Amino acid sequence: MNPANYLYLAALLFTIGASGVLLRRNAIVLFMCVELMLNASNLALVTFSRMHGNLDGQILAFFTMVVAAAEVVVGLAIIVSIFRTRHSASVDDSNLMKL
Amino acid sequence: MNSLIPLLVAAPLAGAALLLLGGRALDRLGHWIATALAALSFALGLALFADMLGRDAEHRAVTEQLYSWIPVDGFRADVAFQLDQLSITFVLLITGVGTLIHLYSVGYMAHDERRRRFFAYLNLFLAAMLVLVLADNYLLLYVGWEGVGLASFLLIGFWQHKPSAATAAKKAFVVNRVGDMGLSIAIMLMFVEFGSFAFQPVFATAGDASEGKLTAIGLMLLLAACGKSAQVPLQSWLGDAMEGPTPVSALIHAATMVTAGVYLIVRSGAIFNLAPDAQTAVVVVGAVTLLFGAVVGCAKDDIKKALAGSTMSQIGYMIMAAGLGPIGYAFAIMHLVTHGFFKAGMFLGAGSVMHGMNDEVNMRHYGGLRTYMPVTFATFGLGYLAIIGFPGLSGFFSKDKIIEAAFAKGGTEGWILGLCALLGAAITAFYMTRVMVLTFFGEKRWQPDADGNEPHPHESPKSMTVPMVVLAFGSVFAGGLFIYGNSFLHWLEPVTGHAEGDSPLSAWTVTGLATVCMLAGAALAWQMYGRNPVPVKAPVGSLLTRAARRDLLQDDFNHAVLVRPGSALAATLVWFDSRGLDGLVNGLAAAIGGISGRLRRIQTGYVRTYALSMFGGTLVLVASTLLMRSV
Repeated sequence: MNPANYLYLAALLFTIGASGVLLRRNAIVLFMCVELMLNASNLALVTFSRMHGNLDGQILAFFTMVVAAAEVVVGLAIIVSIFRTRHSASVDDSNLMKL
Repeated sequence: MNSLIPLLVAAPLAGAALLLLGGRALDRLGHWIATALAALSFALGLALFADMLGRDAEHRAVTEQLYSWIPVDGFRADVAFQLDQLSITFVLLITGVGTLIHLYSVGYMAHDERRRRFFAYLNLFLAAMLVLVLADNYLLLYVGWEGVGLASFLLIGFWQHKPSAATAAKKAFVVNRVGDMGLSIAIMLMFVEFGSFAFQPVFATAGDASEGKLTAIGLMLLLAACGKSAQVPLQSWLGDAMEGPTPVSALIHAATMVTAGVYLIVRSGAIFNLAPDAQTAVVVVGAVTLLFGAVVGCAKDDIKKALAGSTMSQIGYMIMAAGLGPIGYAFAIMHLVTHGFFKAGMFLGAGSVMHGMNDEVNMRHYGGLRTYMPVTFATFGLGYLAIIGFPGLSGFFSKDKIIEAAFAKGGTEGWILGLCALLGAAITAFYMTRVMVLTFFGEKRWQPDADGNEPHPHESPKSMTVPMVVLAFGSVFAGGLFIYGNSFLHWLEPVTGHAEGDSPLSAWTVTGLATVCMLAGAALAWQMYGRNPVPVKAPVGSLLTRAARRDLLQDDFNHAVLVRPGSALAATLVWFDSRGLDGLVNGLAAAIGGISGRLRRIQTGYVRTYALSMFGGTLVLVASTLLMRSV
């Protein structure tokens, strides 16, 4: 199979994720979209690894997963605490960081 | 013996410090402490004088280095005192007359609750004046100069509850500042030119400087002298200074303050001798002031102000003599000393009259006081005879010498100056006779004071009359003593030098002319005020009289020429500052504030906005990277 197809899929996934981040308001959904973008880039990295015949892309993909896992832990904790104080998971309700 | 010199200054300075810091505890004794310290200073002066007499003329001048004040590379200011024939003359005058005035003030200020403070200021005045005349360099002289200014400010405004006294003190201070500026500029010029401002090196190397620079220094010194000595154009403070208590007027006019300008010019003789243009300026100032003060003195009804006009005029004589160069230096100082005696005596006499007349100062409300106050009458009368130059009294000799020196200047200049001096002598006789007649002769024109109390003139207490008697002795005999064998001239000659001019008239002719002028002036005044009744209310008078009553419009002149343009300039600058500079700065701030307010709206607080901007930024970065690659 032509490895370029994987790249098309990665681009599609990334676009879906990016659109979700920009358009959705629920913090959880937003979060899932970010994960989608991360995984799209992972897919692209692995594909490149395959195409170039070395392991650099795969190693980078592992790093991305680890960092993403850590990020999820912190991000979910923040979302939970925001929900507790504001009784809403909508990111538009947390707009106090302005003058 | 030389180590006693600093003590001369230290004694009154310690008195001032003690009385000011000592507080109420010294209220009862303070005035005697101050008087004793002034007397101590006088005694020290006498001892040093006797010591000086014991040496021959070349070795009389001594210097006493106290410590180095500001030693910086190339710049060296010392606190060093120089006692020579000129200094000791001033020291004796200042401390001698000063002590008598202290003694007089004990009686005069007996009922003033701030008497202790008054005596502290008197002591401070003496100390400052002594620093001025003892300094061996111009910077230390400047310290004394400023000290005198401060003390005069404190004393003229001593009755500060009176707005007029407070204003007069401020006026004296401000006008003096103008002169002080001249002195400071002169010192700076000296330092630039000679690399020093000590008397010795400056006078020794004065010949190396160009005449233009010496003229500049001389003119600045003259400006300084004009301020302190109340010479035209800085004369306006002297009349108002009469707001101070009368002993202060006596001190300012006889022993301290106004004599400082004469001292400065005589001391700087080495500079003036080499700058003929500056000397011409000095004689012009002296001659103008001599007539100015005399005319003002003729029109004043306030006894103290009439005497103030007289002081201005007499100091004009001295400044003129000092401007004549070596012909006149010694005579300027001689007149200064004799003037110190009779003017102090007359001011104390005026104070005594006021004391007896419920503090009335208007001479039109006096009259016939000679039988009520015999001692005051006698001492004032002797002072009067001395100042008009009655033959044989001290003023006769000293003024006569100045008139002779003026003629001896030679040429047209000598004639003009000599005639001015003769005219001044006639006017002096006129206004002093007027004062004398209005106060002590004629019928009583006494008026009840503001509370309706009729005056009961009486002789003043001993503490006041004794100093007057002593000063009267000085007024009578000082001149003859100084002139006998030209002793005063020979005394000062090593310091000031002396030259005989070539007078177109013989000495006897000048003396005769001066005496005739004096008699004419006195006779005119007697005719006007002695033989005709004096109206209690001043008549309107001629245009000149009215102008002279307003001090020949000096204040109007200053107001029109200096104050009003000054205020206008200040108002313009304020407008420029508040509208122009402030407007610019405020406008800039407002513009930035406005822009910031607009920019703030970018920060919405919505996560998606930030996410979009990050997304856009990434796109731009990626696009530009690709673009760079392809190029």
